[in-house]
Amino acid sequence: MPRSVFAIRFLGFFWFGLLLWIPPLHAEWDPQLARMLASGDFDSRIGAIRQLVASGDPKVEGILKAMAEDALAVANDRLLRHSEGITVDLSTGTTLTPPLPAMEMVSINNRIRREIQAALALLRLFDAKREVRLTAAVALQNRATPEMVAVLERAMEKEQDPEIHDYLFLGLALSRLNSPDPAQRLTAVRALGDSSSPTVKVTLTRLLQNTQEPNDNVRKEAKTSLDRVSRRLAIGEAVASLFSGISLGSILLLTALGLAITYGVMGILNMAHGELLMIGAYTTFAVQTQFRAHLPELLDAYLLAAIPAAFVITGLVGVVMERTVIRWLYGRPLETLLATWGISLMLIQGVRLLFGAQNVEVANPSWMSGGVMPIPGVVLPWNRIVITVLALLVLAATWGVLNRTRLGLFVRAVTQNRAMAGCVGVPTSRVDTLAFGLGAGIAGLGGVAISQIANVGPDMGQGYIVDSFLVVVLGGVGQLAGAVWAALGLGIAAKALEGWVGAVIAKILMLVFIIVFIQKRPQGLFVLKGRQAEH
Amino acid sequence: MSDSRPVSLPIVLPDLPPPPRPALLTRMGWTGLALFALLAVVVIPALHLGTAPSHPLHVSGYAVTLGGKILCYAIVAVAMDLIWGFAGILSLGHGLFFALGGYAFGMYLMRAIGTDGVYQSELPDFMVFLNWKELPWYWSGSDHLGVALALVLLVPGILAFVFGYFAFRSRIKGVYFSIITQALTYAFMLLFFRNETGFGGNNGFTDFKRILGFSITTPETRATLFALSAAMLIACLLLCRHLVTGKFGRVLTAIRDAESRVMFIGYQPLWYKLFAWTLSALMTAVAGALYVPQVGIINPGEMSPANSIEIAIWVAVGGRGTLIGPIIGAFAVNLSKSWFTVSFPEYWLFFLGLLFVTVTLWLPGGVVSLWSRLNGDKTS
Repeated sequence: MPRSVFAIRFLGFFWFGLLLWIPPLHAEWDPQLARMLASGDFDSRIGAIRQLVASGDPKVEGILKAMAEDALAVANDRLLRHSEGITVDLSTGTTLTPPLPAMEMVSINNRIRREIQAALALLRLFDAKREVRLTAAVALQNRATPEMVAVLERAMEKEQDPEIHDYLFLGLALSRLNSPDPAQRLTAVRALGDSSSPTVKVTLTRLLQNTQEPNDNVRKEAKTSLDRVSRRLAIGEAVASLFSGISLGSILLLTALGLAITYGVMGILNMAHGELLMIGAYTTFAVQTQFRAHLPELLDAYLLAAIPAAFVITGLVGVVMERTVIRWLYGRPLETLLATWGISLMLIQGVRLLFGAQNVEVANPSWMSGGVMPIPGVVLPWNRIVITVLALLVLAATWGVLNRTRLGLFVRAVTQNRAMAGCVGVPTSRVDTLAFGLGAGIAGLGGVAISQIANVGPDMGQGYIVDSFLVVVLGGVGQLAGAVWAALGLGIAAKALEGWVGAVIAKILMLVFIIVFIQKRPQGLFVLKGRQAEH
Repeated sequence: MSDSRPVSLPIVLPDLPPPPRPALLTRMGWTGLALFALLAVVVIPALHLGTAPSHPLHVSGYAVTLGGKILCYAIVAVAMDLIWGFAGILSLGHGLFFALGGYAFGMYLMRAIGTDGVYQSELPDFMVFLNWKELPWYWSGSDHLGVALALVLLVPGILAFVFGYFAFRSRIKGVYFSIITQALTYAFMLLFFRNETGFGGNNGFTDFKRILGFSITTPETRATLFALSAAMLIACLLLCRHLVTGKFGRVLTAIRDAESRVMFIGYQPLWYKLFAWTLSALMTAVAGALYVPQVGIINPGEMSPANSIEIAIWVAVGGRGTLIGPIIGAFAVNLSKSWFTVSFPEYWLFFLGLLFVTVTLWLPGGVVSLWSRLNGDKTS
């Protein structure tokens, strides 16, 4: 017996020594704390919880969890976990059978429950997993109190990850902000100036609005910091808005490029264009399903296979449409409009019968999730970046086909002077079919892109048809450059307006703008030079 | 080579009298119209009201409501024919005027509910739901039938006039005009889908209780609305027929066929087109106002671009530029729609789509042209 007593003493001294520079691992907590947790008034209980957290003891988590689950009990100043008939001593981890006779359950109210949640969140800053620590550090920004300073300093010391480190730094500054010491507050306010978080802006604004800050120096410094944060935030917002505008523009471009060929170049008013996008999106879905069933290890690559598949399948649909219906209606645009509308109805219903009326789920490949952060606070999602790149590639390919290939030469020849092209031996009717198939195939590529960011359902095409026409009409009929500028302009303007008046009104304003614009420039932004005879 | 005529002599046209105005309707036309009027205004309402449901000649409430609905569609088809068949302007936004007329009259019907709504408030239910305390300014006066009827004509009329003035002045035509009318109705649909616009958002107006103090669900009200729709259809048909058989109609068709030449002769096409366009919108709006009390609901879905294109197919199926054809087309398409959606709902869109394709490819003159073909008439 005396041997073991000695051992405990010795250990006690040993740990006392450790306490000076690293968190204690097996400290016996103050019996006073146990009493305060169990029976003190609510304020002292909350104080006890904060002290527990500040102690940095790994067993604290067990205590808090037991408390949150209404399973914490106290007997002779020992903290126990008692639930479902099993009692565990929380300081030693041993199961006690039979339970101690003088056990008293600890009851809590909502205020304490909130405090426990906050404390548990704080403890997660020491978790082994990076994601858990990151989430905890981000959550911290909204509820930093001066009591956390000690814990945060310790967490910062241990933290290796620079991103989490930054968040902790911010959290530390925020919690120092409430300190009674003006020097501490001044450091905090200065440190906050380097942040680009909206929370900081709100905090600093509130600090300046409330006259509670008695120190003039701190207030002045806060003003400077607020200006810096606001400027950085404004730049971030502008960049984010510009990027989402470009991203929307590239989606518009992808949806409109096919139409720029069929309507813009060939003059066929294809109302089934939206449904060609839909078929492209459903092809993506079908390819994904096949990969999931037969090549699950290559699932991430399904998108690469979907691109040619969508081009070929929608292109074939386009060729069939042209051969069976559209070729009989050249020169009768209003009839083409009605007939292609009829085709669109049949395509919608056909897809509904094949795949069901519900939306289908097309998942992003894993390499497209997440994003990059060029400046703090602005995240550019990978799927948007990929779509923008895809739009550029498709644009380049389309331009190349039209301007650098024999088919492109024929298409341009036939659209400029059909009779003369026929006379010099261009097979005009085959060129029509191929050109329409090309436009349809490009619409299919647009469908692949849309499937990555929007819902895929039988009716999805209807939402894009008006937009695509407006892009082509705004850009001016007959060439691609106009469509590019129109798509980008519409995208950026729509996003800018959206932040200002809301999405629906922004959309309405764009439609009204285009209606007014067409009154002024019926030929669109870019008019081909040359004489134009009206019938 | 042997042309000895001096080239520069002006061509003097003989001072011909204007061609005689064709009869408003042929004898057969008048007979048909009289029969139709007798049937729709007298016989069907009488059979609906006067016979017991078990009677073999009884016309059910469902049939009367469906018939009344299609009569309203037929008015729209006639209006569409005036602008598309005779002026060559394909509007893809007529659903907007139809819905605006319906909404204007729906406002009156909503106010006529009084405090009988779910929340027993003076305000329409959806406003109570949005926690609004008073009516927006544009609802003022809508509890008077006269104001409501004026709104039915004024709102779509002014919109059509202003829109048409700018569009026709800029000489927008063909598919460009079609696309911007589609954009217009699409924009309005988005606007009306918002709750804040003050027209019930997604759900629109429904749960009407009474009209002019009469309960809206009684057979008498139903029969009256049916007869009114039929009378309005006859009036619109005669008005359009009167317009297109006169000089106005000749100029209109001339604009359709060669607008530049009409201008060179010295006519300003703007006013002809604008008049036909606005009149067409007004007739459509009246049809919408008659439609709403009969079907008991109006929502922004009526403004969807698809609805407006469907109007075009009624006209195309019946026969463009014939006025009588669109009425036949409206009845044929909508009766098959009711039949399909009950019997084979999943094939209706196939049928409709096929109709669009076959009519444009093989029957550009519509079913009316079949009649003339059967009679060996080679002129049409």
